[in-house]
Amino acid sequence: MSDHVEQLLDRLLEEHPPATTPHEVFWGAQYDLGLAWVWHPDGFGGLGLPRRVQGLIDRRLLDGGASVENRHINLLGIGMGAGVLAAHGSDAQRRRWLRPMFTTEEMWCQMFSEPGAGSDLAGLATQAVRDGDEWVVNGQKVWTTLAHVAKWGMLVARTDPDAVKHEGLTYFIVDMESPGVDVRPLYQITGEAEFNEVFFTDVRLPDSNRIDAVGAGWRVSLTTLMNERVAIGGNAVPRGSGRIAQAIEVWGRSGLEDPVLRDELLRLWADVEAFRLTSIRANEMTAAGTPGPEGSTGKWAWATHNKAIASFILDVMGLEGTLYPDGYSMSRPPAFEGRSPQHGFLRTRANSIEGGTSEIMLNILGERVLGLPGEPRVDKDLPWKEVPRG
Amino acid sequence: MAETVGFTPTEEMTLIRSTARQFLGDRLSIGVVREQMMSGEGFDRSLWKEMAELGWTGLMIPEEHGGAGYGLAELSVILDEMGRNLTPGPFLASAVLATMAVMEIGSDEQRAELLPALASGDRLASLALYEGPRDWGLDGIATTARPSGGGWVIEGVKRHVLDGHMADTLLVLARVGDDLGLFAVDSDAVEVEQVPVLDLTRRQATVRLNGVHVPAERALGERPVGQGLRRVLAMGSAALAVEQVGGAQRCLELSIEYAKTRYQFGRPIGSFQAVKHRCAEMLVRVEQARSTTQHAVRVTDDPEELAIASPLAASVASEAYVWVAGETIQVHGGIGFTWEHDAHLYLKRAKTSSLLLGDPRFQRDLLGRALGL
Repeated sequence: MSDHVEQLLDRLLEEHPPATTPHEVFWGAQYDLGLAWVWHPDGFGGLGLPRRVQGLIDRRLLDGGASVENRHINLLGIGMGAGVLAAHGSDAQRRRWLRPMFTTEEMWCQMFSEPGAGSDLAGLATQAVRDGDEWVVNGQKVWTTLAHVAKWGMLVARTDPDAVKHEGLTYFIVDMESPGVDVRPLYQITGEAEFNEVFFTDVRLPDSNRIDAVGAGWRVSLTTLMNERVAIGGNAVPRGSGRIAQAIEVWGRSGLEDPVLRDELLRLWADVEAFRLTSIRANEMTAAGTPGPEGSTGKWAWATHNKAIASFILDVMGLEGTLYPDGYSMSRPPAFEGRSPQHGFLRTRANSIEGGTSEIMLNILGERVLGLPGEPRVDKDLPWKEVPRG
Repeated sequence: MAETVGFTPTEEMTLIRSTARQFLGDRLSIGVVREQMMSGEGFDRSLWKEMAELGWTGLMIPEEHGGAGYGLAELSVILDEMGRNLTPGPFLASAVLATMAVMEIGSDEQRAELLPALASGDRLASLALYEGPRDWGLDGIATTARPSGGGWVIEGVKRHVLDGHMADTLLVLARVGDDLGLFAVDSDAVEVEQVPVLDLTRRQATVRLNGVHVPAERALGERPVGQGLRRVLAMGSAALAVEQVGGAQRCLELSIEYAKTRYQFGRPIGSFQAVKHRCAEMLVRVEQARSTTQHAVRVTDDPEELAIASPLAASVASEAYVWVAGETIQVHGGIGFTWEHDAHLYLKRAKTSSLLLGDPRFQRDLLGRALGL
């Protein structure tokens, strides 16, 4: 880390002592000094430095008692939206949105999936029709995290139904407080509503909220999704932490000595440790400038292991696993800590669906990493409106 | 608990790999491997001299004993390439397992006496440990050594001695009262019989010791040797796991090549998801196994971490290789079941390797003990 960055860090921590400064104020100052997304250009929360420097900065801030929780709180904005604005936004758009995003004063959500467009995202049907300097949006989105608290939503909509599906899409930022935006909780198998459905009825948004060109929506979405898969599959965590820690704890408490269950526990431990070492290796090879196929395997492996462990924990619990101690609350979920293993068993079912299904991940590995040929596509040269649906 | 130390290969490792790939490609192509596997000995000993000249047999041996003084991380590069290539011969038995046993357990004098000939390739050695089919824990050893005239008399039968028919020296594990001792025995003094094996590229022998006299100075190190030997086997298992990943990687490559060029229903079979996903899962399992083995061979100086990393690598790599080799036959369909195709050679190597030093369940038991589970 350069002296310049060190000085800026010292200044930030001195002028805004984390212990007595409200988080929003601290994060605002951090943005203004260029320490928010250090790889962004000057004036947009960055200093034009390599991306990896951010990790060093965040560690220093943590050591200095500051919070970097904003990256979690506003995950979809800071983790994905910022990347889209950096790569595809105008300076005016970056100026308008980046700072309050970083301070969490304006929360963000992402509106891609639809009831009729999951894995085949490019087939989505929500329509945006141009009307002078405005666009009029009608349609429905689903699985929208944080839509109920978000000020801004990233929206991909169909602007040309006569084009082939990838080419008729455009990317917008929607004010979630606009008339005609209706956010409803979507209850999932845990009995909670982590996600939402969002309905658009004649929602009007200005053309200045369009990101990149009309028809460039697919390209812009790919930027978002790449960042999402990094966010889901890419973290290196301490050995034996996370769900396997819960398995070990439940195993220890059970007092069981069953050799079959023990072997299964150890197999799961070995699986997640192999996955963890692979994440570390991938990060190291990427840092050394020689990334290999190891980096792409994370999401699939993580989802597979996580589900298996969650299910195993209930096996160890026996009949206790048939209970649901907190009941089906039919409400927004509480904070993430201390959820029951039974809740984990249900929640992990989504791991192989969210952020790219396991089937899609294997297609990506097969086609992009191993170079195997794709499936024949029946929708390839058809205008979107003629593609069979159902 | 120690953290991972560096996955990036060093310059030496990159150099060793390119030499190994070239040598094995030139001198031990798959056609040559097939000839040797059908021969009586299973390996042409003149190749051993060539490997020794490349410095492979002494790679881990300290320089003062005629070796290169490298560690398991460097040696493992050769094993990776040998696994890819299905290289036959006693490299694992002699240059890895037996050499490490002498280094770990032998006294200074014994190391000085035995290591130079192992480094130069003049002497081949092998561990003679097991008697029953699941003796990996070294608990049921019945072979005995009793003192006699200042030396020892050894009585017993050792089975599954790797490449024992080629060994000049056998390192025999025997019970001395309640302790275990390891004895360097000349093969001339014992009865060695090659046994028919599933994997023709790695041979085994039964060794019968009928009251063999061994001089006192051939009892290696200090008794009991169990702990030192378990450490040798932990390093050996990590080494073997690297070889397994090399083989699994080659299976993956064969499968992908075939899936791209084999047409059915008017398109390459690799375009069908049933085949594509199988190949993608092979990739994931090979990469995960590779991470565990690369970690294990780099932590041999840290006994506590090795006790975790070795059985981790051994169990993950064993199961990955057996599965990947099996699926390779499936992807190839009928041709994969023929003698002519190489797929069966990998399956045989995979299955037997997973049983040589402890099956995956045994390794996971070791892992559990190391983790306190």
